[in-house]
Amino acid sequence: MHMPLEDTLGLNLLAANQHQAAHNREHFDAWQLLCLNVMSSPGAGKTSLLEQTLTALSSDLAMAVLEGDMTTQLDADRLEAVGVPVVPITTGRACHLDAAMVSGGLRLLGQRLDPASLDLLWVENVGNLVCPAEFEVGEHRKVALLSVTEGDDKPLKYPVMFREADCVLITKTDLLPYLPVDIERIEAHIHQVNPHCTVLRVSASSGEGLDGWHSWIRRELSAQRHQQLADPRRHGRRVSSGPDHDVVLHLVNA
Amino acid sequence: MHEVDMTKCLVLSMNEWRQQHSPALPVVERVHLQVGDFTCVEPDQLLFTWRLAVQNSWLDGAELAIEAVPLVGRCVRCQHTYSPSAETAYRSPCCDHPMEEIVSGRELRIRSVDYSLES
Repeated sequence: MHMPLEDTLGLNLLAANQHQAAHNREHFDAWQLLCLNVMSSPGAGKTSLLEQTLTALSSDLAMAVLEGDMTTQLDADRLEAVGVPVVPITTGRACHLDAAMVSGGLRLLGQRLDPASLDLLWVENVGNLVCPAEFEVGEHRKVALLSVTEGDDKPLKYPVMFREADCVLITKTDLLPYLPVDIERIEAHIHQVNPHCTVLRVSASSGEGLDGWHSWIRRELSAQRHQQLADPRRHGRRVSSGPDHDVVLHLVNA
Repeated sequence: MHEVDMTKCLVLSMNEWRQQHSPALPVVERVHLQVGDFTCVEPDQLLFTWRLAVQNSWLDGAELAIEAVPLVGRCVRCQHTYSPSAETAYRSPCCDHPMEEIVSGRELRIRSVDYSLES
């Protein structure tokens, strides 16, 4: 006999990934580090920006990088040359990192150093403006890059990515004199889809705006540390665009 | 094609749900999803990858029913709801305000499962 039944679940489609992301974040909070997930389209300048940032901050902040790349280790080699530990995560055909891949990267990182000694953990995501926006990896903040060469319509064409970002960096500003692009229009479009994010203009080549970017990192690190010390059970990202993107937070072992 | 990974996540969640009914084996007729318009998910691709993912598994034959949820914003100035779109740069038509509050459209939810238990 068949008995027709219906179960109401109300479960996030990505629950499996979100549980793993929450687990990663528990580790980050136990280690009292700030994890930043850096995302952009291919060629927007994630690796160049990271090279400059790691160089500038490594004198007083302990950092490591989980480097997502589809098939090669080229970016990881560039960053390793700066003298910061880098764990490459090749995703194969996957166009984004997910929480399980980052968990695997953390295990490898743990073989090289004690993660609790770190201040900052960078996750450089695969170049893509679509998929990484939906897959949390356990990060505390999302950083999205948009280069001035990509055009001012991209925040409207890929709104989820820019909506989810805590900080948007407009990169390659040294090229502005040579391009028919209106940077204020880019900024306006970002604020249309995300009125509360921080928007900074930077150039990894000329160094323009990098001081402001470094200040943002230090401010967020300090805020996250404060939160982790004040109440280790409550952590995570400050903003969530919808109730379905909240993750279940578990207690951190005190 | 991240719908492949989304489908894997969905199947994992369904496997967990199945455990709750153990030792009985639920026969799933339909899985109801709500997918918001303001997500990076293409419902047709999800349907396609679902059919491939469940082949020869305990979910073989289970249908995926996707309810699209429109993007609705609320203007924080005047509290009117509106339909934000790229064409109007996501502005509220009433006050020309940016898209601050999203009422719906970010859903990626397994709403319910229709099934029967062999007895």
